[in-house]
Amino acid sequence: MTVKTPVYMDYSATTPCDPRVVEKMLPYFSQEFGNAASRNHVFGWKAESAVDEAREQVAALINAHPKEIIWTSGSTEANNLAIKGAAEMYRSKGQHMISCVTEHKAVLDPLHHLESEGFEVTWMEVDRQGHIDLEALGKAITDKTTLISFMAGNNETGTLHAIKEIGRIAKDRGVLFHCDATQAAGRIPLDVMDQGIDLMSLSAHKFYGPKGVGCLYVRRKSPRVRLVPILDGGGHERGMRSGTLNVTGLVGMGEAARIAREDFDLETSKLAGLRDKLERDILAALPDSVVNGDPENRLPHLSNISFPYVEGESLIMGLSDIAVSSGSACTSASLEPSYVLRALGLGDELAHSSIRFSLGRFNTAEEIEFVTEQVTKEVTRLREMSPLWEMAQEGIDLSKVNWTTH
Amino acid sequence: MAYSDKVIDHYQNPRNVGSLDKNDKNVGTGVVGAPECGDVMKLQIQVDDDGKITDAKFKTYGCGSAIASSSLATEWLKGAMVDDALEIKNTQIVEELSLPPVKIHCSVLAEDAIRAAIQDYKAKSGTATKTEAGA
Repeated sequence: MTVKTPVYMDYSATTPCDPRVVEKMLPYFSQEFGNAASRNHVFGWKAESAVDEAREQVAALINAHPKEIIWTSGSTEANNLAIKGAAEMYRSKGQHMISCVTEHKAVLDPLHHLESEGFEVTWMEVDRQGHIDLEALGKAITDKTTLISFMAGNNETGTLHAIKEIGRIAKDRGVLFHCDATQAAGRIPLDVMDQGIDLMSLSAHKFYGPKGVGCLYVRRKSPRVRLVPILDGGGHERGMRSGTLNVTGLVGMGEAARIAREDFDLETSKLAGLRDKLERDILAALPDSVVNGDPENRLPHLSNISFPYVEGESLIMGLSDIAVSSGSACTSASLEPSYVLRALGLGDELAHSSIRFSLGRFNTAEEIEFVTEQVTKEVTRLREMSPLWEMAQEGIDLSKVNWTTH
Repeated sequence: MAYSDKVIDHYQNPRNVGSLDKNDKNVGTGVVGAPECGDVMKLQIQVDDDGKITDAKFKTYGCGSAIASSSLATEWLKGAMVDDALEIKNTQIVEELSLPPVKIHCSVLAEDAIRAAIQDYKAKSGTATKTEAGA
């Protein structure tokens, strides 16, 4: 088996630009370099028309109108604009928002910022699979609630929130629904009309576009959503996001969205097939392994697996020919395991021993076999070295041991 | 995170992995750390009648630096006299493995494991009664 190493299996962190995307972007660096806001010459017109095409392509991916796409530098900015922009705009209606403990930091932190300014945020807990209780969500909404924010697919576990049901609740109760779809774009069907979404964040580099560009979908009709901008300036993007547009990057994002839409069925079924094979083979070789999150309703490219009795950082160190992420961020003395996995109720030990495999467009069946082989070999080796594995084999209940915490 | 060559060497080729009979009165066992903290070390020594450590074994659940620290500790313990082994300091391990500040706790844990193993050995051989080893 010949596999070129290192094997990249961290597509949830970022994706390479598709060669078709790069091809489309190239003329916009030096030849078609105009400012899309220049109204009185052909350089500007060409840039504007390229941006308009990208707007249509991105809008088509989520069934929106092109005018509802507000370009940003990525999802972090889009999330900030949605949350802080709506908070400010609708402050007189109320100062209450609802979100979930397993959201990305780019949603958690803007909400924490609002809390420090006196807003109230209700944080929904999740069950073992990562789902919120929809009935509890309905009960949490008050006449002071202006916005609820729930991601489409979780970046660590892949668990899908029931966004269509959440969208319906938001409509019924007259609150805005912001959905961070950073991980979901190109991987599950997104339809802002059908799913009742009022604000949606996207990032190009998660679906084979360039880094540094993204957008916020802002609904224009029923209801017409208005936001107070974070950046003040030339009044670009319907006044919601000033700043000269990154024409080259946006051309890339548009092309990436076109490919994601056109190849959607083929790509998602291929990804799910490879992911399922990886998971099946690893579980067969290492039966103690635990798949985290919802095994059914999840992103097709992602698998988060805990390997009990071995520690995540040492496992990653052993997998030096594979690029994956660990649920344990134990680079500091505080040894902080993933807050997402802890919210699912995993003990710290399982959270420490988890690996996120996220597959993408350029992974092959051979790479899946290689990764399975490497993971099996390394987990087995580390278990032979693990006092916890030895104790478990002796029938000792690890939860009953009186450990010396440090 | 970048690891030193010595950490990588111990991680890839750990010395003295294994277990000794913890019920043997000449064997001292130390188990330190906790799974929820991300490190557990088990370190064992076998001591002859002259107080010399004739064998040392370890098993470690933890990061590469924790594995390397305990592997190195067993190398140093083998052939040492029990009382001299008590002189091994975590700072020597830090220096030998070039551990960065965030990994110093791994060396502290290794020192704790050495002390716990010696203490267990002394308790067992001194009183000649069976003391449950480690945790």
